[in-house]
Order: sequence, then C-alpha cells, then structure tokens
Amino acid sequence: MIGKSATSRKILLLAPLLLFLGLAYVVPFLGVVRWSFTMPEVGLGQYRALFTDPLVQSVFIRTLRICLVVTAAALVAAYAIGYVWVRGSSVQRMLAEFCILVPFWISVLTRAFGWLAMLSNRGLINTWLQSAGIISEPLALARNELGVIIGMTHFLIPFAVFPIASAMRSIDERVLLAARGMGASRTRIFWTVFVPLTSGGLIGAALIVFVFALGFFVTPAILGGGRSVMVAELVYLRIFQSPDWGLGAAISVVLVLFIGILLALMRRFIKPAHLVG
Amino acid sequence: MPQNMQLSDAKAAEIKAVSIGKTFGAFHALKDLSLDIGRGEFLTLLGPSGSGKTTFLMILAGFTAPTTGRLVMDGKDITDVPAEDRSYGMVFQGYALFPHLTVEQNIAFPLKVRGRSSSEIKRKVGEMVERVGLVGHEKKLPAKLSGGQQQRVALARALVFEPSVLLLDEPFSALDKNLREMMQQEVKRLHEETGTTFVFVTHDQSEALALSSRVAIFNHGELLQVGKPKDVYERPENRFVAEFLGEINLLPLDALHLDGDRAAGQFEERTIVLNKTMPMTGSNAVAAIRPEHMVISASPQSSDRNAITCRVEGATYFGASTKYHLKTRKGTSLAVSMPTAATSPIAPQTDVWVSWPVNQGFLLPSGG
Ligand SMILES: Nc1ncnc2c1ncn2[C@@H]1O[C@H](COP(=O)(O)OP(=O)(O)OP(=O)(O)O)[C@@H](O)[C@H]1O
Ligand SMILES: [Mg+2]
Repeated sequence: MIGKSATSRKILLLAPLLLFLGLAYVVPFLGVVRWSFTMPEVGLGQYRALFTDPLVQSVFIRTLRICLVVTAAALVAAYAIGYVWVRGSSVQRMLAEFCILVPFWISVLTRAFGWLAMLSNRGLINTWLQSAGIISEPLALARNELGVIIGMTHFLIPFAVFPIASAMRSIDERVLLAARGMGASRTRIFWTVFVPLTSGGLIGAALIVFVFALGFFVTPAILGGGRSVMVAELVYLRIFQSPDWGLGAAISVVLVLFIGILLALMRRFIKPAHLVG
Repeated sequence: MPQNMQLSDAKAAEIKAVSIGKTFGAFHALKDLSLDIGRGEFLTLLGPSGSGKTTFLMILAGFTAPTTGRLVMDGKDITDVPAEDRSYGMVFQGYALFPHLTVEQNIAFPLKVRGRSSSEIKRKVGEMVERVGLVGHEKKLPAKLSGGQQQRVALARALVFEPSVLLLDEPFSALDKNLREMMQQEVKRLHEETGTTFVFVTHDQSEALALSSRVAIFNHGELLQVGKPKDVYERPENRFVAEFLGEINLLPLDALHLDGDRAAGQFEERTIVLNKTMPMTGSNAVAAIRPEHMVISASPQSSDRNAITCRVEGATYFGASTKYHLKTRKGTSLAVSMPTAATSPIAPQTDVWVSWPVNQGFLLPSGG
C-alpha cells in the first residue's frame, strides 16, 4: 500500500514535466507524422520518395558518413582528455576540466563562426600558413565537409568525455596494480586491461555523439556553406524553401525513429547517471 | 597429493627489510622496520587496522617506494627495482581479478605477459585450474563466481608463473567462517606444495596462529615482535602483543622477587610464582595468564599451582568451551575458559578458587 501511494506521488511530481513534454513535443510531432502521410495527397508516396529521390539519398549517406567520422574523432579526443582528467596530476586535471567546461558556456552559433574565422580561405590558419610561405594557395578547410567535421567534433567532444571519464573512474586501481605486479608493461596494461574496462563508456559516448550529430543543423549550415547539407538542414530546406512539407515531415519521422532506436540501445549499455560524469 | 604436482622449478626467495620507514606527509606509516623473511617460510603480518601492514606489503611488492631503508633479496639490493620487474605473485584484498576476462584468461595473463608459448600456457593454466579446484568454471567471468571461487582464481593467477614470493593482503576477510577455514587449509597446502615464500597479511589472530611459520606483529607502524606462533602466543614480549593475540588475564604484582628464571610477587596477599621470560627491573610487574590455562575448583589444589580466591559473576556458553567471568576479592576481573564437557556448570555468586600451573603464566612490565 505504502509503495503504491509513493509511486503515485512520484508520478504526480513528474506530471507538470510530462504535460509540458506532451504539449511541446509529442502533440506537434503527431502533427508532423500526419503531414508525412497526407501531404500533398494521402498515401505512402513521401516514404517511397525517401528511397528513390537521389538528392535525399545523397544527403542521408553524407549525414551518416559525417556522423561516423565525427564520432570516431570525438571518441579519440575525448579518451585522451578523459584520461588526463581522471589520471593526470592536479595541474593536468584542472587544464582538462577547463577544456571540458568552457565550451559549454559558448553558444553553438558563436563556436561555428569562431571556426569559420579560423578555417576559411582568409581565416587565421590560411593567412598564417601563407605568410609563413608554407602554402601558396589557401587550403580548403571550411565551406566543405572537412569544416563541418572539425566544427561538429569540437562541439561534441565534451559530451563524449563524461561517460568515458565515468568508466575510467570506476576502474579498481588494484586491478591495474595486479597487472603491473604480474610484469605487464604500461602499454600492455593500457590496451589489454584499461581500454577493455572502459568499453561500456566508449559505447555510450559513441551513441551519444552519434545521436547528437545526426540532428546537427547550425554547424553544418555555417561551416558547410550549403555544400554539405545534412539531414536536419534538408528538412529545413524542404519545409521553408521548396516548400515540400510532406517530404520534410517524412524525413523527420524517419530521423526520430532512428534516433529512438539508438537511444534504446544506449539505455542497454549505460546508466543515465554515467552520462553526466 | 602426488609428488609430481610439485612446482619444482619455483625458487623461493629470501628478503631482508632493513630499517624501512615510510611517511605520508607528516604521518609515519612505518617506523624503522627491520625484518628478515626466510626462504620458503610462511610469514604472517598481523596487526590492527591502520598499523601499516598493507603499506609494508606494497613496499615489498614494489608498488610503493619506502621513504628510508633498503630491501635486499637473495643478497641483491632491490629497493629501486619496479614492481613489474620484481614479479612477485600477489593476491589483493578484494581479489582484483580482471572483470573482462574469463577464469582461464585471468590465470593465463601473467604467462602471456612473459611470452610463453600457447601450448605451455594451455598446459599450465589447466594444471592450475585443477590444483585450485576450478574445473568446469574455466569459461566463466569473475562476476559469475562465488567469493571462494574468485579467491581461488586470484591464488591461481598469482601462483601460475611460479613467483619466488607470494604476497597476500587479507585474502579471506570477505569470506564466511566455514569457507575461510577451508581456504586457509588450501593456502597452507599450496604453500607446502610450491615451497614458495609466502607473506600473508591479516588482522585475525587465530588465522595468523593457524597458518604461519612465523608471525610479525605490527602496531602504529612499528614491528613489535616476530616469532613462531607458539612463542608469540605464550611468550609475548609486551602487553600489546599479549592482548592482541587473544584474551588474557592481567594481575598486577608488587614486592617482586626475581630468582633465576623464576619470579615471585604479591597479588591480593597471595604469592604468585611465574616464569621470567624477559629482563625485568623494579618491584612491580604484571602476571599474564591466558583464560584456558586457568581452572576453577572448590579448593586451592596442589602446591605447584598458583591459586587465588574469586567470586563467579556469570558464564558464557561457546559450545565446546564455557567462559566464566569472575572477580577477585578486590575487584580485578578475570576470565577462565574451560571445556564444557569436563565441568559441571557453576552458579553465579559462588566463591571459588582459580588456579594455574606456575609454568603457564608469564611476567610483563607493568608499564605496558
Ligand atoms: N597513500 C596514503 N596516503 C596517506 N596515508 C596513507 C596512505 N596509505 C596508507 N596511509 C596511512 O597509513 C596507515 C597504515 O595504512 P595501511 O593501509 O598500511 O594499514 P593496514 O595495517 O593495512 O590496515 P588495514 O588492516 O585496515 O588494512 C594508515 O593510517 C593509513 O591511513
Ligand atoms: Mg590493509
């Protein structure tokens, strides 16, 4: 009896949040689902188009490719930062913390323009390299896929650090000592003990980064310069510029379903508490 | 146990710790500690929590560097040799198994590190699995094993590469009593079979007495006494050792009279005669007698026994033995432990004699 009333009280406490989420997301999304089946006429036409329209296909493939590369790059960087954060000296820890937290205070828009200032043809890097005489023609660092990948990776690294650092922190120090005591070198311990013991955190970080990356809009729009449109930007273009609401809606539905599957997978690999460190 | 199970090429090492000191900031965790660990012996480090046992073991293993002092193994100074090059076997408190590797892979780890051939690894791991009784569990992950089985994996992993020294840090503290006793016997057997030098840490005195060839007693980072179990139990050199190794009755003596290896003193107007086991000065001392060496009777008994009058206050039943709680005339508390089967129950408030043979008690300095 007590348990029952306690759960119902908890549900009551959650009610405002549930109501808000329902009104702000679920109801509008159901509307989007309806559009995808009704615009411009009732039927599965828009979903068929998803599989046949070469433009949609190429955006899907580009999105997957960018997300995979970004995930891999962010994981490697986050692993290094997480390692220093968890196992470094106190000065190193402070530096790592700084690198992880400061990006959170700067908006995604500011950061994208910041990278543009760094990477564009007349940006800091190209100007410097040219004046140093290392290159004669500017390198194509922005307004293409490379720029998008750099900007997105930079944005997503901190989100990957938390689950990875959490996994590193929960390693029993004695297990590493045991390996040392058995004569294992540092490199061997790192690859055969340390990394496998953080695999849960790595998988969690990979899913988070990948899911976030799938929905990126601002960074690709600014750093891609319209030449490497990703799926979220495509939805925007279909709805506000074409206008082709039915196709935009169908793309959104597929994207939400795909992300839902990935999130369900993520729940199997990591506890939510680990995502925030 | 067939003779061919002997890990014949396991060479036991001898280690000398010379004036080892360890400080953490201003805190002295170990103070000028010197200890010789003999080839193939089973040495137990015994002491209360925080006495520095683990710190000393970590220094032996090479995981921690001593602040002062040297370590010498088989005549070579190894103070600066890192842990990975000492290659002692080690069983950590809490086992420290590799959670992502199966039983078999855990045991194979030190052999792989040493680059042994896969056929040799297979053979040795198989032998070890059999030796510690884990046949049928080879493919399981540690999380799927019981505490006792995990303990066996830890032992197998520490012994499989035939280390010259095996260090064990409170390996049984998480096990229940029956399993604990079983594992104690198993460790004793492994020690006999391998002939390796074992250094074992515990804060359980009965475990220390049951297993070891010698016991080293630690307190506050100091080594108080080292000796065979019987010697430290029956001839402790100070009050801490006497009390830490088991319950003991302490009777303050005055008018102490020393005569060769005997000593006599007064306790509540009675003369108590004891063995003198250490140099003693002054006229005061404490007579120390273990509860199981005393008996309760209606009369003072024979003249080669010390006897005092007491009143029974109560009794605690322990199954095989019963412990009586008594008070002397002037109020000193005593405990006497007697086999339950050999005595009939004694009612509280009975006035009785408590006696013990003169060679069973020993003298301690009255200070501490
Ligand atoms: N790295 C460290 N930094 C500071 N103090 C430490 C450190 N390691 C140990 N100590 C201190 O040294 C003392 C001895 O610790 P140690 O772990 O050797 O005790 P122990 O005898 O093994 O105790 P237990 O039976 O509880 O395991 C303790 O007071 C402990 O707090
Ligand atoms: Mg300890």
